[in-house]
Amino acid sequence: MITCLSGNEAVAYAIKQINPDVMGAFPITPSTEITEYVATYVCNGEINTEFVPVESEHSSMSVCIAAQAAGARAVCATSACGLALMYELLYVASSSRLPITLACVNRALSGPININNDHSDSMGARDAGWIQIYAENNQEAYDNFIMAMPIGESPEVRLPVMTCMDGFITSHSVENIELLDDELVKNFVGEFTPEHYLLKKENPLSVGPYDLSAYYMEHKVQEAEAMKAAKARILTVAREFEKISGRKYDLIEEYRMDDAELAVILIGSSAGTAKAAVDMLREKGIKAGAIKIRVFRPFPGEELAKALANTKAVAVMDKSEGFSANGGPLFAETRSALYDLKDRPYLINLVYGLGGRDVKTGDFEMIFERLAGIIKSGETGPVYSHMGHRSKEAIL
Amino acid sequence: MAGNEMVEFRWHGRGGQGVKMACLMLAEVAGQQGKFVQGFPEYGPERMGAPITAYDRISEERCNIHSFIYFPDYVIVVDETLIDSVDVTGGLKEKGAVLINTPSAPEDMRSKLRGWKGKIYTIDARRISEEILGQNFPNTPMLAAAVKVSGVLEPDRFLADIEKSFQYKFAAKPQVIAGNMATLKKSMEEVQAG
Repeated sequence: MITCLSGNEAVAYAIKQINPDVMGAFPITPSTEITEYVATYVCNGEINTEFVPVESEHSSMSVCIAAQAAGARAVCATSACGLALMYELLYVASSSRLPITLACVNRALSGPININNDHSDSMGARDAGWIQIYAENNQEAYDNFIMAMPIGESPEVRLPVMTCMDGFITSHSVENIELLDDELVKNFVGEFTPEHYLLKKENPLSVGPYDLSAYYMEHKVQEAEAMKAAKARILTVAREFEKISGRKYDLIEEYRMDDAELAVILIGSSAGTAKAAVDMLREKGIKAGAIKIRVFRPFPGEELAKALANTKAVAVMDKSEGFSANGGPLFAETRSALYDLKDRPYLINLVYGLGGRDVKTGDFEMIFERLAGIIKSGETGPVYSHMGHRSKEAIL
Repeated sequence: MAGNEMVEFRWHGRGGQGVKMACLMLAEVAGQQGKFVQGFPEYGPERMGAPITAYDRISEERCNIHSFIYFPDYVIVVDETLIDSVDVTGGLKEKGAVLINTPSAPEDMRSKLRGWKGKIYTIDARRISEEILGQNFPNTPMLAAAVKVSGVLEPDRFLADIEKSFQYKFAAKPQVIAGNMATLKKSMEEVQAG
């Protein structure tokens, strides 16, 4: 069915089609609508999800952990400070190997308090052992959520999945979308049949006990192996999804990269704007390209290195600060991924779009102009800088 | 980049006037008619009366750009009092038009529009709404006038499609549908060109 939905409606619709066993529910802008729509579906008897309204995100994630440990399928939606309040539980979920699905509607973290989009919330949770998949638009937000459970619940993975979309820009923008038939989604997602769970009477299980030094490290190594295994599983699920939807997904999306000398790398909705800018520059004969990181955890380092092997200058764009004083999180990962390349491109880092600061096609034209200048002069200039802000030191 | 056919709208109004709803309805109806659309508000502090902006892109191809609209084809001013504090025609394309909710005639608005030389349309959305609905809901008459002025959708088909949307949206209070449809039609008849 082709229709028009906002990103939040699209994810809520996916939840309706999946009909999960439990939702841990606590509202926070801009993810609130997802929870509201699901509440409506439950109220109308359209789904039989156990909707558990709680007093905080710490509790909504705790509900998901308890439910998933008991052998149920649990979902949750949150943003920004809500995700921050779940911080401890995010680690409990992943280390207990509970494949919960969380819709993260990306919003800037306080402070100063701000409700608009950037990636500081989910980037802050990047080391929590969750798979992270980012959407460019409402269609991808819907598709990613449907793919999340077959990825996370797979026995070789068994990790929770965070599907991320840009707050307001995607969550509140109405765009065309192609929805799959209910039966197709139900069959694709299937039933959750864990091998072990809390209430299995033949073999009951304890979840979350104290782990001594004698075992803790083994558990962490297994968790790390699971995250490595997730890469192949994400690709397998993407191939299966293509069969039912016709839509092709990968770990990264390469846009006009075949002969690109200049490239930008970024995550989320601004990738669309970057593509439009690349098209404009290509018309002028400039060999520009863009890479969208769809999956940030596990990080597609090898794939990225391969995609960038023939480029000359690359701007890595971070929509979160990170305060490492050495560049944003995507930059750190990308630069590390390129270390083994024989001929590495010049690399710069631009932190952009914090707290909803808008990014236009013209901004990308300026970035590509700077990259062209770097190739010409052989001088990178400041490696790490912030663009689109009011300062006499602003470089872009 | 979408084709040259892309039409971009920028809405200026105040919190509580239904600007977001009108913006999203335009996108939804255009989408139902097979167009590629984006309808999105610009969010800030949520409070009644605060200036708000919303945007629509309507085109024949999918548009990947996800920035605000700086060079719109049409500007729709739902609240006339904003003109003093907001440069509503800023970036408006020369061949575009501004549509204002006001009892004044189009040419009487020109002096307030900071040198705008292009087309001006006016519609007394408040009066239409108050006469038909008994309350000031300027968003639906402004939406109808925007469709008429821009020609982005064929008016009769727009009215038929939006009626279906209303039936869904107002399923719990169907008594408001007839009034809203009447305001749309009246607005399309009354909108004045300058």
